[in-house]
Amino acid sequence: MARISLKDVRKSYGATEVIHGVSIDVDDGEFVVIVGPSGCGKSTLLRMVAGLEVITKGTISIDGRVVNDLEPRARDIAMVFQNYALYPHMSVRENMAYGLKISGMAKPEIAARVARAAKMLELAPYLDRKPRALSGGQRQRVAMGRALVRDPAAFLLDEPLSNLDAKLRVQMRLQIKQLQRSVGTTSLYVTHDQVEAMTLADRLIVMNAGRAEQIDTPMAIYERPASTFVAGFIGSPAMNLVPVTVAEGGVVLPGGTVLALPGLALPAVGSALRFGVRPEHLQAQSPDSGAPEAQASESGMPEAPALTLEVFAVETLGADAYAHCLFPGGSDHPDEGFVVRLPGNTAARQGDRIRVSLDLSALHLFDDTSGRRIGEAV
Amino acid sequence: MADGAMIGTSLRSRLMGHFLLVLGVIVVVFPIYYVFVASTHTVQTILRPPLPLLPGPEGPANYAEAIFGGVGRIGGVGVGRLLWNTTVVALGIAVGKIIISMASAYAIVFFRFPLRMACFWLIFITLMLPVEVRILPTYKVMVELHLIDTYAGLILPLIASATATLLFRQFFMTIPNELLEAARVDGAGPWRFFRDILLPLSLTNIAALFVILFIYGWTQYLWPLLITNSNSMNTIVIALRKMISFADADTPWNLVMVTSILAILPPILVVVLMQRWFVKGLVETEK
Amino acid sequence: MNRATFPHKYLPWLLIAPQLAISLVFFYWPALQALRQSLLREDAFGLKTQFVGLTNFARVLSDPAYVNSIKVTTLFSALTAGLSMGIALLLAVQAEKLVRGKGLYRVLMIWPYAVAPAIAGMLWLFMFNPSFGTLALPLRWMGVQWDPLLKGNQAMALVVAAASWKQISYNFLFFVAGLQAIPRSLIEAAAIDGAGPARRFWTIVFPLLAPTTFFLLVVNTVYALFDTFGIIHAVTGGGPGKSTETLVYKVYNDGFVNLILGDSAAQSVVLMVIVIALTAVQFRYVERRVHYG
Repeated sequence: MARISLKDVRKSYGATEVIHGVSIDVDDGEFVVIVGPSGCGKSTLLRMVAGLEVITKGTISIDGRVVNDLEPRARDIAMVFQNYALYPHMSVRENMAYGLKISGMAKPEIAARVARAAKMLELAPYLDRKPRALSGGQRQRVAMGRALVRDPAAFLLDEPLSNLDAKLRVQMRLQIKQLQRSVGTTSLYVTHDQVEAMTLADRLIVMNAGRAEQIDTPMAIYERPASTFVAGFIGSPAMNLVPVTVAEGGVVLPGGTVLALPGLALPAVGSALRFGVRPEHLQAQSPDSGAPEAQASESGMPEAPALTLEVFAVETLGADAYAHCLFPGGSDHPDEGFVVRLPGNTAARQGDRIRVSLDLSALHLFDDTSGRRIGEAV
Repeated sequence: MADGAMIGTSLRSRLMGHFLLVLGVIVVVFPIYYVFVASTHTVQTILRPPLPLLPGPEGPANYAEAIFGGVGRIGGVGVGRLLWNTTVVALGIAVGKIIISMASAYAIVFFRFPLRMACFWLIFITLMLPVEVRILPTYKVMVELHLIDTYAGLILPLIASATATLLFRQFFMTIPNELLEAARVDGAGPWRFFRDILLPLSLTNIAALFVILFIYGWTQYLWPLLITNSNSMNTIVIALRKMISFADADTPWNLVMVTSILAILPPILVVVLMQRWFVKGLVETEK
Repeated sequence: MNRATFPHKYLPWLLIAPQLAISLVFFYWPALQALRQSLLREDAFGLKTQFVGLTNFARVLSDPAYVNSIKVTTLFSALTAGLSMGIALLLAVQAEKLVRGKGLYRVLMIWPYAVAPAIAGMLWLFMFNPSFGTLALPLRWMGVQWDPLLKGNQAMALVVAAASWKQISYNFLFFVAGLQAIPRSLIEAAAIDGAGPARRFWTIVFPLLAPTTFFLLVVNTVYALFDTFGIIHAVTGGGPGKSTETLVYKVYNDGFVNLILGDSAAQSVVLMVIVIALTAVQFRYVERRVHYG
């Protein structure tokens, strides 16, 4: 059980800095997931915590003790590797016991711990097998077991599920979560898969190009992404992020239509923004409903803002369908593509025009140059 | 492989193949068989060609005399002593080379230290300095170090091998990074990692290299020729050369043939019994 | 990704020290001595030495005996490499055709590899000994004046036979490996295109075997140059009349038997240049092969 604390941790290879100062306090028993695209530095960060990479600047402490210069073995951590790194010539039992053996633990205690871990992971029948005689999922569990028996202060997991097929991945994801809950060990988990990140994490660190773009709970990140990068990375399908310019009381959409955003604090007229809304937060109106302006004026009620879009492809997934749309009069530049979630049985077809209304509370605005979130666009 | 037989392997072609291979095997094995047959006959029979095609009755007597009688021709040193010398040299070279080259390959692959690449090249370049091109000065070094007529002198200069180091380096580089890292997280230092993980994983490579190096050591010629003056330190190959370098007339040819067989047999057994590793070693060291 | 390593400072030096020490004492120091010696002249009693520049080289290279030795070595190497590679390729191709029996042939084929070159030479001398060699008889019946101890050509034939015989194993194993590496589908495609067995061999198999062949050519040249010293020394002693005196044998003979140190050293240096050239060629080949996959 331990807290892990990173203070302005930096990593350079020669003159090139690859981690530009990451700070986070991981609470005792917390499950923190570091997520980001490949090359963002997430594995390097984890490996610095493990002691496999030298820390160029900043401090990492585990349970209040600065571990910067400690060997991995002195840090009281256990690690699960992406390719499992099982010792190919040792049986499952020996693999799990190896670390304990080195630490000089008494044999009966080792046997008891291995047996306990094997039971938890349903590995008992395979204890005498060599890794090459195991399936991918079993190997993964052995790697977990090897970490588990150590009863370390923290688990470090480096993309532990990425070598499994999709079905097994979901299964193991659940198992890892349960396991961590039951043993309550502080865990740092690296993945590039945002679904894994969302489902596992107590807190998420979204990394991009060596920086922590946002550190928060999964839902907070989903609801209030701090930047276009986070907005685009977290959530599936990705958030629509179209370039707009600010007009009086609203924004100019691609194609030139002005979308009124009443009651929203907007930057100076003419500023370039990214206008973000998730496909699932769009409400399709019936295709034959009249022009929104007319309806709004007729009812006199403050109607939700609505967009007219032209469908160019529909992907049906069963429960849902995703309509890939463009703005009438706009270009077909990928930035201007707009995805709308529709019911699976939608009648929308290529070439149709659909009207969708959007909830102002699910609207995100970002500065087009910095990519940072603007104001309290709620 | 069964598919391989589908094309161009008519019965006639296969019979032709067998015929040529049998012929080839005869060419390859016959000289050894010939000497074996000769080693079972009396000197008189050997000196009156043609030699019979089948082994004669003198075998046990010849072998007993060679092994227990001592061969007068080479200063009363028995074949047993010669075999012992050769075994020590061959094993010394094989084991020494494996230890030394594993250690240096381990240093080069699993550590970072200043001049690492310079060390690598220093070792690599020795490939280009076979003993044949530095005979005389190496001999002088041996004289100055008092290594003439010693096992150390026979073994030491031959155990620095760039090829073995390169082979281990190549193999070590195929060990996944994560294996080393997992071991470090598990608490293993360099020695434990070597003993518990690297060594067990290297066993087939070691076996393969062992066969090649044993043969290499057993069949050395130029170096033992230079470094041994005393008959009792000769390897069996050198002793054999000394036995026949005398006038034909009173050479005990039957004992020469026995000694030849005894000189040939151990390495052949090693190669045949460890065939799998031998082929692997040969193809992987590529020299 | 970078190689994962241990963060130790002194341990690697300790590990690499034995090999470095042996390399320096037994390889670099003697090689430098050979270089130095090749530029010096020593008087007959070894009392005075004098720097003579490249004189030793000039003398060695213009010495008819050395030129003869170069010719002998070239002939010997070409014949040995050609003969053993030719036979090995023929046999490897036959073995590749077979489904059954391959293993047995291979076991028998590798025997000569284990035989010391000097002993290989002796075996052939026993068989072809002019006075009691059984195989010398048919030669005599055919009217050949067989005496390799007196006739240069016959001595050459004998050492070439012994040297090639010993090398068949090695070449055979590599050709078999090379043949197995050729994708079956290419040969099948050629068969469907209507190429017969001979045509398939010369237009598909042989070109694809080129890397193996080239590699073996280098290895066999090195073998013929250096490893056959034992054969020459044990069978002919360079004779009769220097007709089998190869370069390595001459270095040995001039240095150890005739004690002409400067000349022997100069010859050593020439050999060193040859080895370096061959190693360079070999490694360019290895690099290329790595490139192509």
